[in-house]
Amino acid sequence: MSLFFIVALPFFGALLPGLMNTAGRAACAGVTFTVSLAAFIGLLTNLPAIMAGEVVMARVDWIPSLGLNFTLMLDGLGFFFALLILGIGLLIIAYARHYLSRDDNMGEFFTYLLLFQGAMVGIVLSDNILLLLIFWELTSLSSFLLIGYWKHLPEGRQGARMALTVTGMGGLAMIGGMLILGQIVGSYDLSVILQNRDLIQADPLYVPALILILLGCFTKSAQFPFHFWLPHAMAAPTPVSAYLHSATMVKAGIFLMARMWPVLSGTPEWFVIVTTAGLITMVLGAVIALFKHDLKALLAFSTVSHLGLITMLLGTGTAFGAMAAMFHILNHATFKAALFMSAGIIDHEAHTRDIRRLGGLRKLMPITFIVATLAALSMAGIPLLNGFLSKEMMLEEATHTVLFNSPWLVPVLATIGSLFSAAYCFRLIGHVFMGPVRDDYPAKPHDPGAGLWMPPAILVVLVVVIGVAPFLAEPFVKLVTASVLGGVLDVPTAYFKIWHGLVPALFMSIAAIIGGLLMLAIFNPALRLWDGTPRPEAKTIFDTIVEAAAKLAQSIILPLHNGAFSRYAAVGTAAIVAVGFHAWMTGTVGAPTREMQPAGPVPIAGWLMLVAATGGMVFMHRNRFLSLILIGIVGLMVSIGFVFFSAPDLAMTQFTVEVVTIILLLLALNFLPNHTPIESTVLRRVRDASVAIVGGLATFGLAYHYLLRDAVASPISEFHLANSYKGGGGTNVVNVILVDFRGFDTYGEIIVLGIAALLIYALTETLLGGPVRARLLNRKHDQARAGDMHPMMMVVLTRVIMPVVLMVGFYIFLRGHNEPGGGFISGLIVSIAVVMQYMASGFSWTSARLRYPYHGVIGAGVLIAGLTGIGSWFVSKPFLTSDFTYVRIPPFHEFELATAALFDLGVFLAVVGAVMLSLESFSRLARRAHMPETEHPMDIDPSREMPPPEGTPVREGA
Amino acid sequence: MELLVASAIGIMTTGGIYLLLRLRTFPVILGISLLTYAVNVFLFASGRLTTGAPPVLRDDITAYADPLPQALVLTAIVISFGMTAVVVMIGLGAFLGSNDDHVDDQPDLPEDPAEGQS
Repeated sequence: MSLFFIVALPFFGALLPGLMNTAGRAACAGVTFTVSLAAFIGLLTNLPAIMAGEVVMARVDWIPSLGLNFTLMLDGLGFFFALLILGIGLLIIAYARHYLSRDDNMGEFFTYLLLFQGAMVGIVLSDNILLLLIFWELTSLSSFLLIGYWKHLPEGRQGARMALTVTGMGGLAMIGGMLILGQIVGSYDLSVILQNRDLIQADPLYVPALILILLGCFTKSAQFPFHFWLPHAMAAPTPVSAYLHSATMVKAGIFLMARMWPVLSGTPEWFVIVTTAGLITMVLGAVIALFKHDLKALLAFSTVSHLGLITMLLGTGTAFGAMAAMFHILNHATFKAALFMSAGIIDHEAHTRDIRRLGGLRKLMPITFIVATLAALSMAGIPLLNGFLSKEMMLEEATHTVLFNSPWLVPVLATIGSLFSAAYCFRLIGHVFMGPVRDDYPAKPHDPGAGLWMPPAILVVLVVVIGVAPFLAEPFVKLVTASVLGGVLDVPTAYFKIWHGLVPALFMSIAAIIGGLLMLAIFNPALRLWDGTPRPEAKTIFDTIVEAAAKLAQSIILPLHNGAFSRYAAVGTAAIVAVGFHAWMTGTVGAPTREMQPAGPVPIAGWLMLVAATGGMVFMHRNRFLSLILIGIVGLMVSIGFVFFSAPDLAMTQFTVEVVTIILLLLALNFLPNHTPIESTVLRRVRDASVAIVGGLATFGLAYHYLLRDAVASPISEFHLANSYKGGGGTNVVNVILVDFRGFDTYGEIIVLGIAALLIYALTETLLGGPVRARLLNRKHDQARAGDMHPMMMVVLTRVIMPVVLMVGFYIFLRGHNEPGGGFISGLIVSIAVVMQYMASGFSWTSARLRYPYHGVIGAGVLIAGLTGIGSWFVSKPFLTSDFTYVRIPPFHEFELATAALFDLGVFLAVVGAVMLSLESFSRLARRAHMPETEHPMDIDPSREMPPPEGTPVREGA
Repeated sequence: MELLVASAIGIMTTGGIYLLLRLRTFPVILGISLLTYAVNVFLFASGRLTTGAPPVLRDDITAYADPLPQALVLTAIVISFGMTAVVVMIGLGAFLGSNDDHVDDQPDLPEDPAEGQS
């Protein structure tokens, strides 16, 4: 199966669980399982190629100019991780099906899980590091959703936030590191980067890049000092903990270290940073884990410890260390996921995860006992189980590692880590399963159904099989190791064996196990000592830092951003003018190339009216009705100006828009106060006026200068004028540009218009659904009501001219391609025709007679325009290519048929729908405020105001 | 003529900015509308001023007004209606919700007089 499908399947599959939610829990889990299984099988189809040592590639150029390509690569390492992600994912899905209770929204859970799975598979298959970063951030986001899945738990929310903060910060650092790496190599493709070891390590920016990338890896893989988020993420449901926090996500950082191993490792910086961090994490995690009473917290810290172990192995920079790391990743994923699932079973059945309240479960839950014990013993490093093998390899590697010039530092610390690791494993077995059966469990524990114990049992079978017959896993692990080493070093020849002879590692192992047993024996005094020792609490430190950062941000932002819009507007205006002034002063201005045209008395009269109206608005804006009338005059003068300067289409549009805008503002003024009180001081008004005058002078100067000069380059309008008739089949160039040359722009614009109208509708609905409704119903009008709500003259007149107006609209629409007109203008005209009916005959009368919802009209318009565009695909032309032809149907003249007309129809419908939906929403507010409307067709007879006597049927037209 | 158009743009901008800086929603909305006119005319004028030559192709005529700014301004006019409507709705919603039509955040409002009455 193509790599694209393997990555895309979980993402597209994520749509399904939500849809299947109503079909029941089994269907919901089933569809999720099927999606994962399909991706899993798809991955396995690539196994033969991988075993043959090939690298499977898939490539699509996405943004080549940025070096960002959708390139996928599957080699041994990627295959190994993808196998873990999808394989354990399948077990987790089966487990979660039975784990989640009926109150949990299963569709939501599986959607998040599949998103996470897709992002994770994306990380391990990416060949482009920028693409990898995108998937990397996606895992942070989806794990945030999964950790906080139980939204009612404050621990879940805090844990999710902490995980997102820590891993998100690391991700940001890593972006920086990856960009540096890409700059050094000159390519963002991993396959190229991995070939340039010497170039990268010789670069002066190698150390910053290394540190930034390691920050990303350490935060993700919970390495000291960023380990603290992982235990808090345990507030997640147990399937999430088992999947994300033991088997997959926390290994993403390790994966990346392994992926970058050929180019980043082997330097002293890498060795010191990675080995030290890993070593500290391993010991610290193991010690803390021993003293945790919550089963999941114990496992969480043990995961931290084992991740440290793997990191340390990668840090050594030797081929054997890398091989041991890969082997331990496999082993850890099997036994730790099994242990998490067992912990989940215990929590599920006994209703507690507190080790102090458990004990004696061996007799009550025999199956769980066997599963968990085998997994725990493997983790402790007992022979014949897989944990023993890789731990032995780790100890072997440790004896050869010299850190800070001390040959004993690493071996001793590794033994101590193993000792505590063995101790908490024994504690887990001893304090949970051994001992007498108690009678005070919160619930009576018993073994769960097969759905819960089967997934961990399958993993434990692997634990035993690898432990007994390590040669089965050997070829695969060596294959993976080979792709980690990337040809820099040779794959070690050492065989995977249970018995290596009396080597130091064996004695260290024995010391760890005996020490672990002793530790368990003196557990109670040790616990008292531990509890008595003061320790820094990571969460408190984290909270303090976050709070300090928030305080700092507030102290900067709040004074700047104080919620005063007028201040922002003033600052913005001044800044724009200042930037323009700077450009003006530093640029050059040529001499005027155009003659000033003479102005006759008519333009001067129009200008005077416009200036007077604008001035009136400024000086009398406190009277809101008056300023509304004045702005109408301004709009009218602008329309006339368009006519005068050879823009008939613009004039018609401006004129019709003017009408609907004024109606809209009148409707709004119905609710708003009619006067603006005097609030601002004289000083403030002077300040505002000076800002305004400066802005006005700037635009005046700019406009005046360019009006007297020709364009520097010849405008593209020449092309439009020359091709309008030949190519677009229309003589009205403006309309042809709208529906043909720039049709895609127009398409976007009608969509924006539709969205604006829907937004208004949604806001109205929200207002009417909330407490505002009561206020609207109770409000008193501040204006005198008209004596006659629906004057007869107006009612009759609007109804008579309705067909005429529609006819005009139709005419304007049809002539649009060749004469001034078109979809925008006719849409506005038809809207005005309908609005007139609302105004004259009342809201309910009109809406009762309208059969089409305006949403539908908008949608139909956008659809028709879009389908017209798609139509050109069928003749192998790009989107929105237009065509036209001339037909003749006797006895008419020959006339033109153009696909552009169909597109214009879409524009027309969208405009009608959008304008009407906006205005209707506003008047719906008013309608709720009014008395119920009369149901008579014409509200002209005052006697009807009297309520009819009881029992008398009201008849229409009586 | 150029002086008239340029000064009209400047005057409408001045009025628009002044009203934009007022404290209540309604004058601010009118200011935005005024500014919209100014911007539309400004854009339109980038095709320079031509009288008596609409861009509708006729035989034997070769000089036309620049059609491209006209087409762009045409959609701008319609879109600005949509945007004005949205802004008006937001302003109206804010007023109906809090009985206050200030555009700036009010630091600490005294008790709402309207609520005391009802």
